[in-house]
Amino acid sequence: MAAITMKNIVKKYGDGFPAVNDVSIDVQDGEFMILVGPSGCGKSTLLRMIVGLEDITDGDMVIGERRVNDLAPRERNLAMVFQNYALYPHLTVYENIAFPLRLAGASDEEVDQKVRDASKTLELDEHLERKPGNLSGGQRQRVAMGRAIVRDADAFLFDEPLSNLDAKLRGQMRTEIARLQKRLGITTVYVTHDQTEAMTLGDRVAVLKRGVLQQLASPRELYTNPANLFVAGFIGSPPMNFLPATVQGGSVELPFGTVRLPEDKAGRVPEGKLLIAGIRPEHFEDAAVVDDAKRDLGSTFTTKVDVVEWLGNEAYAYIPFEADDAVREQLTQLERDLDGDTMRSQLVVSLDGSSQIAEGDDAEIWVDARAMHLFDPETGDNLTIDLDRAGRVPAKEDPEAAAAAEHAAEDAAAH
Amino acid sequence: MKQKIGLGVGLAAILVWCLLPVAWIISLSFKSQDAVSNGSEGFLPQPGGGAGWQNYSDVIGDDQFRRAILNSIGISLIATLLSVVIATLAAYAIARLEFRGKRFVLTTALVIAMFPVVSLVGPLFDMWRTIGIYDTWLGLIIPYMSFTLPLAIWTLSAFFREIPWEMEQAAQVDGATSWQAFRKVIVPLAAPGVFTAAILTFFFAWNDFVFGISLTSTETARPIPAALSFFVGPDPFSRPASLLAAGAVVATIPIVIIVLLFQRKIVAGLTSGAVKG
Repeated sequence: MAAITMKNIVKKYGDGFPAVNDVSIDVQDGEFMILVGPSGCGKSTLLRMIVGLEDITDGDMVIGERRVNDLAPRERNLAMVFQNYALYPHLTVYENIAFPLRLAGASDEEVDQKVRDASKTLELDEHLERKPGNLSGGQRQRVAMGRAIVRDADAFLFDEPLSNLDAKLRGQMRTEIARLQKRLGITTVYVTHDQTEAMTLGDRVAVLKRGVLQQLASPRELYTNPANLFVAGFIGSPPMNFLPATVQGGSVELPFGTVRLPEDKAGRVPEGKLLIAGIRPEHFEDAAVVDDAKRDLGSTFTTKVDVVEWLGNEAYAYIPFEADDAVREQLTQLERDLDGDTMRSQLVVSLDGSSQIAEGDDAEIWVDARAMHLFDPETGDNLTIDLDRAGRVPAKEDPEAAAAAEHAAEDAAAH
Repeated sequence: MKQKIGLGVGLAAILVWCLLPVAWIISLSFKSQDAVSNGSEGFLPQPGGGAGWQNYSDVIGDDQFRRAILNSIGISLIATLLSVVIATLAAYAIARLEFRGKRFVLTTALVIAMFPVVSLVGPLFDMWRTIGIYDTWLGLIIPYMSFTLPLAIWTLSAFFREIPWEMEQAAQVDGATSWQAFRKVIVPLAAPGVFTAAILTFFFAWNDFVFGISLTSTETARPIPAALSFFVGPDPFSRPASLLAAGAVVATIPIVIIVLLFQRKIVAGLTSGAVKG
């Protein structure tokens, strides 16, 4: 068991490309930390620097009390589960799990006892004598985990361990990993590009974009108080809606109508300037099914609904809108950052399952203005963020350093 | 159905093409010397013209022949072993490391493999005489290795490239040194490649005639293909054809044994199951 502290970690490749730039993350002892971001954000590189498979260009990597920058992987006492499992195909499941123990020179009885313990935990008992080639994806995944838990490692590292499994199995294994980690209480760093895994597994989540840490916070904090457009767009499914907005006298003008802004938020945004409003789909509702008590807390507007997808417990309504060029440009850039390809000039609204709104209707929609965020279209910063409930936002702690890191990333991306 | 018949006919043709000479030499080895001298027609020995196992016991009883077989086995095995060990290490470096002149090493290796054997015989003869390894095992092992290493390196580096990097990294995270990772994970996974390279090397060394006859002068190092050509028998004017045939058959037996042994190890798809589904 040990805490992992990353201080101003930098990874530059031979051509000067900064894959990871000035990232500081402190993983507490026993904590489940998620590194998340779209492909190319440096999350796997960061993980490989923790385990020692990748050199650290600059900064300090401290595990427990030791600075491990110059230690070989085997001297760091960490266990890692690889994306493609990396099982040894010439060895049986038993020997695969026993491999780290054999290398450590454990006695046969000790090996046997520990392997059997691990296989029991992971329900691999009847597969111990088989070769990895004969196992299913989920079983291989469990063998890879067995190889990790059989040692008394200081921490577990997972590199997108579920990305090769089908959707159903992924859900099961996700719960399995969460349960295992809680039971063993071991420090865990888990890399994923899937925001669902990030939200469900992590005690805290570090969101990375092009090698720069955007926000480090609990899933709830990330969801309710995203630091910027990128985090807001990345966390949540279906994603947050982004609309062009202008604030006038305490109200926000949106393409569909005017919404009153709560006072604490209204005070923080400039008047008359073009902004981007971010509203999550579930903060809209069919005005007909909203409680009267709740209704006054938000505003309503009437608009034409293009498509409705009814799922039983809820329904998604799609409402197209026209966006300003400035806003559209920023949103297109955001889509590129998020690896997406959909053009988001439509509003996605989550309605109650009992809503009667149908396609082509002119519907009255209620919007909860309390949960709305306003973003600066130039920098992407969240202007209405509640910093006390947003975890760590590096850009707010040291704006200059963060800006320099962002610039370096953008320059590198432009080349 | 038509395809199957075609396939059968094709296979039969290939088998006859390849195996007829072998069958003929076996048939020859069972005929007596006199019968061969008088012209023994037909595949099977004619009545009274058969020699039974006599030719074989004569061949095996011959000191010169036994010595040649021993030379061949020793030289070929040592050359194979050294070649495979060196090629494994070299191929691993080529597959895994980025170093200057990597392409140069690979192309040079290929050029050497394509070099005509005969053109080297003269210089080697002179050199070996000067440094004193003419007519020794070493004098044959060195050229065999230099001709088989390139092929072995190419074969093995292709195998190493197929092995996912993660296997080795996983081993290192599990607590292995680079050497342990190589020995316990990479080499077992590359086993089919190692055995392929071993077979190729052994064949080359075993079948070589040019070096064998030019770089040796006595039976201390003369390998079997060269020795057979010196196998004259009692009468220099009538070559003991049936005895030679028996010798040739005996000389092929080690090759057959080696192939059967190694073939089991060359199990394709050994790496399946290493990574994802």
